[in-house]
Amino acid sequence: MNTESYWSIFINASLVNNFVLAYFLGICPFMGVSGKMETATKMGGAVTFVMLISSVCAYGIHALLVAINAPFLQLISYIVVIASTVQLVEMFIKKMSPALFRALGIFLPLITTNCAILGLALFQTNKGYDLSQSLVYALGAGAGFTLALLLMAGIREQLEFAEVPNVVKGTAITLLIAGILSLTFMGFSGLG
Amino acid sequence: MSAGITKNPEIKAVPSSTDEFIKGLWRDNPVFVQVLGMCPVLAVSNTAQNALAMGLATAFVLLMSNVLVASLRNFIPKQVRIASYILIIATFVTVVDYAIQAISVDLHKNLGAFISLIVVNCLILSRAEAFASKNTIGKSIMDALGMGVGFVFALFCLGAVREILGNGTFFDISLFPDSFQAWIIMILPAGGFFTLALWLVLFNFYKLKKAKA
Repeated sequence: MNTESYWSIFINASLVNNFVLAYFLGICPFMGVSGKMETATKMGGAVTFVMLISSVCAYGIHALLVAINAPFLQLISYIVVIASTVQLVEMFIKKMSPALFRALGIFLPLITTNCAILGLALFQTNKGYDLSQSLVYALGAGAGFTLALLLMAGIREQLEFAEVPNVVKGTAITLLIAGILSLTFMGFSGLG
Repeated sequence: MSAGITKNPEIKAVPSSTDEFIKGLWRDNPVFVQVLGMCPVLAVSNTAQNALAMGLATAFVLLMSNVLVASLRNFIPKQVRIASYILIIATFVTVVDYAIQAISVDLHKNLGAFISLIVVNCLILSRAEAFASKNTIGKSIMDALGMGVGFVFALFCLGAVREILGNGTFFDISLFPDSFQAWIIMILPAGGFFTLALWLVLFNFYKLKKAKA
């Protein structure tokens, strides 16, 4: 049992141990859809939503697996739940907003293989959070992911007008910026 | 005319098993060229030893899942293939997770949740989908070996640089005199981003140089 306060869990997950910039989780979408502010916002929303649902499911599954004494099934059941949640979200977005569906493209089904979500499920289990703590943790992680994505998108929109040397074009410059962002986020480390 | 034909990838002769092996090692290196499976690359490459262990664990899962996917490729219905691949991968990752715990508890503690996170390593799923589901078992083994070795190599490059600069050691052996001030930043998350970026710059530099020549 973990007695951390909700506020400290939220700050920890979103700023101090930001999933993208401190734990390196969810780097693929971070690199892939951070080109435009608008797509980044929506991607952040979708990921946060999937995180909240999988967090609740992971809590239930963990309780069940402990009850039937089968911890080795943990990984397999988590990933199945996440995959089905993503499928649901995908169908929902396709129905509600075809334009957004096209904008997110391949990165929507790829939320399944977004390590941030599986990572969240595993971390909350390891830390022994109860249901409400898990939800706050998921919310914080989602907010942190969205924040990192937005910061990156903002910088990359500006970068389009800048002259980037050929040799660092593409992934290299994105990684360098991510490194600098990660440095600035280290400034939050006193908050936790 | 004949030169034009050999350059066209569609008509080019079927690649041999050795080609499948070599391509993962260098031309299509999963980390430096395809930029796949970044999360573990950055997260556990703070020492050469962690990087090597993580690379080997991933390579093992890649090999086993490629073999199984290739042998089941005619039985898995197309609609549920991704789900089936993930289940296969998750099974082998669970095996590796328990194996590492049995071999060295310290190592298991260092790598932490990142062993479980091999499941969502895009590299493994992409090889299953793009290669093993369409090729014979033999070729899939060569492909997995090549990609696996390429991945281990890349992780090792990163881990070595970060450990030497950030800690002043290499496999826990001290390299510098005591007066050496370690660059703490290199073992922190930011250092991971910088090191990978610089390796990519190096690769780009050679690519551009070659294109010019």
